Amino acid sequence: MNLSRFYAIIQKEFIHVFKDKASFIIVLMMPIIFSLVFGYAVTTDIEDIQIAVLDNDKTVESREIIKKFNSSDYFLTDYYVNSIDEIEDLISGNKVKGAMIIPSGFASSIQRGEDGNYQLILDGSDPNVSRVALQYGNLIASQYKLSKGVVEGEASFGLSTRVWFNPNMKSALFVIPALIGLIMQNITILLTAFSLVREREKGTIEQLIVSPVKPIELILGKMIPYIVIGSFDFMLALFFGTWYFSVPIVGSLGLLIVLGFGFVIVALALGMLVSTIAKTQLEAMQLVILILLPSVILSGFMFPVEAMPMVVQWISRVIPLTYFIDILRGIILKGVGIQFLWPEVYTLLFMGLVLLTLATIRFRKKLD
Amino acid sequence: MSEYMIEIEGLQKQFGKIEAVKDVSLKVEKGKIYGLLGPNGAGKSTTIRMICGVITPSGGQASVNGHDVYTETDKIKDSIGYMSQKFSIYEDLTVYENMRFFSGIYSVKGSERKKRIDELIEMADLSEKRHVQAKFLSGGWKQRLALCCALIHKPQILILDEPTAGVDPVSRRVFWKMIYSLAAQGITILVTTHYMDEAESCDEISFIFEGRTIEWGTPKELIEKNGYDNLEDVFIGYVEKMTGEKVISKFDKVSFLHGEEV
Repeated sequence: MNLSRFYAIIQKEFIHVFKDKASFIIVLMMPIIFSLVFGYAVTTDIEDIQIAVLDNDKTVESREIIKKFNSSDYFLTDYYVNSIDEIEDLISGNKVKGAMIIPSGFASSIQRGEDGNYQLILDGSDPNVSRVALQYGNLIASQYKLSKGVVEGEASFGLSTRVWFNPNMKSALFVIPALIGLIMQNITILLTAFSLVREREKGTIEQLIVSPVKPIELILGKMIPYIVIGSFDFMLALFFGTWYFSVPIVGSLGLLIVLGFGFVIVALALGMLVSTIAKTQLEAMQLVILILLPSVILSGFMFPVEAMPMVVQWISRVIPLTYFIDILRGIILKGVGIQFLWPEVYTLLFMGLVLLTLATIRFRKKLD
Repeated sequence: MSEYMIEIEGLQKQFGKIEAVKDVSLKVEKGKIYGLLGPNGAGKSTTIRMICGVITPSGGQASVNGHDVYTETDKIKDSIGYMSQKFSIYEDLTVYENMRFFSGIYSVKGSERKKRIDELIEMADLSEKRHVQAKFLSGGWKQRLALCCALIHKPQILILDEPTAGVDPVSRRVFWKMIYSLAAQGITILVTTHYMDEAESCDEISFIFEGRTIEWGTPKELIEKNGYDNLEDVFIGYVEKMTGEKVISKFDKVSFLHGEEV
C-alpha cells in the first residue's frame, strides 16, 4: 500500500463525483425523495374502506349501526343501495371493497336481546384489505352489541392481547427503518458499480494498468469517497425518515451510526465487485438490477423472512441488506444493544471481507 | 546489465489457442527512437503490453531497462512512461488535475511535483489551458497532455502506441519535435505507427507480421535493401510477400459500378 498513490486516487474520485452534476444530485436528493415516495407508498395501514349499504330495516337501530361503521376510521359508507345486484356491480366495478346488509327485523331482533343477524360481505380478491376489514367489522359489531346490553359468549372474556414495541401497529414504524437501509444500499451500489466500468469504457484503465498502482490501492481508493458520501446519505435518510414519519429511535443512535457506516462498506464492496465483472455500463446496470430487485422482496423489507419457504430463506440469508434491516429494526424499534446484534454484525463483516477480496482478485485477473 | 534499454529475444504470447505473438525480437539502444511497424492485428499491441509488464509472455526472453519482464514488472512500471492512441486522460479533470493525479500515481511528491508539473506544462505550451477541463481540449492538446502525464516521473523509456492516430498534421509535427528533443536528452523511445513519414524519422524500425519479426534495420537500409523509393512501398511489399497476393489486385476482382465489366 503506497500512500501517495492511494491519496491520488481518492482525490481524483472526489473530483469525479463533484464535477458530475447528475451523480451529485442523486447523492443529495435520493435519500429524501426515496424516503418520501416509499414512506407513503409502502404502507400497510388500511383505512377508509368503502362499503355499500343495503338497509332493509330502516329503523333507528339500523341507522345507528351504519353510523358506527361510518364514524370509525376504517369504513366509509358512501353508497346506499336497494338490491343485492347493485352490490355486485359496485364490487365488480371496484367502487367498494364490501357491503353491509341489514335485514328487515334487525331492530326487533336487537330489542329481543339477539345479535340482529346482519351481514358484512367483503371482496376477498385483496386478502390484505379484507382480513383487516373483517377484524374491524367484528370489533365494531361486538362493541355495538355490548352497548345494547347483549350478553357476550364466554370466549370473549378470556383473551387479552397486547402488542409490544409498536403498540398501535403503525406500519410506518416497520417500514421506515428498513427503508433507510434499502435507500442506502441502492445509492451506494449504483455509485460504485459504474466507477471502474467507466474507466474501462473510456480507456483510462489502460493508463492505470501500466502504472505501478496495485489493485487494492485502486479499489480501496475508489471506495473511500463513496464511504463518505454513503455515510452522509445514511444520516440524511435516517434523520429525515425518522423525523418526517415520526418514528422514534428507541436505541442508541451512536451504535446505529457505527453499524450503518459498516453496512455502507459492505454495499460498496458489492458495487465494486459488479464493476469488476461488467465490461460496459449497460452490463453494470443489468447486474445492479439483478441485485437490487431480490433485495427489495427477499430482505424482509416488506415480507417477513420467517414466512418464506426454506429455499427462499437461504437466498434472503445471502443478501447483506437482510441483516442490516434486522439491525435497523432492532435498534430503532426495540432499542436493543450490541449484545443482541453480534450475529448480524459478524455476518456482515464476513460478507464485506469476502466481497472485497473477490473484487480485488477479479480486478487483478483483468490485467492478463 | 544489458547495454540495450529494451532487449527482446524470441518473445511469445498465447491467449488460449490463439498465438498472438509467435517470435518477436528487437533491441533498442539508449536514446534511440525505435519504430514498430506492421498491419493491424500483427501483434504490436500485445508485444508492447509484454514490454510494459502488463501481461506475462508465454515464452522467450525480454528485459526492459535491465529488468526482467517475468519477475521485475514493478521496477519496469516505474521506469517506463506509456501513452496510447486513446490519450487515457480524465476528461472531467483539468490539465493540472490530470497531471497532479499521475504525479501521485508515480509517487512524485512535494516541491519536486510542483517543479515537474510546471516544467512539463511549459514544454507542452499548456500554460493557458492549465485549469481547463480536458474534455474542452482539441485532439492535439489532449495528445500533448497525455504525453506530459506519461513523462511526469522522468521515465527512462517512453512507449507510444499509435500516439498520433487521429491528430491533425500540425499537431503531429509539434508532437514529433517534442519526441526528438526527449530522445536527445537520452530517453529511449519505442513507437508504433501507421504513418510512414513518422516511421522514416525513427532511428531504427522493425516490421512485424502475423506475430513474427520479419525484418529490422534503419529506414534507409530497409528501403535500399528492398529496392524501393520509400518506406510505404517497403511496407506494402512485405504484406504482399507474406500473403502471396497483390494488395491492389483484391480490389480488381470486384466491380464497384453498375454496367462496367472489369
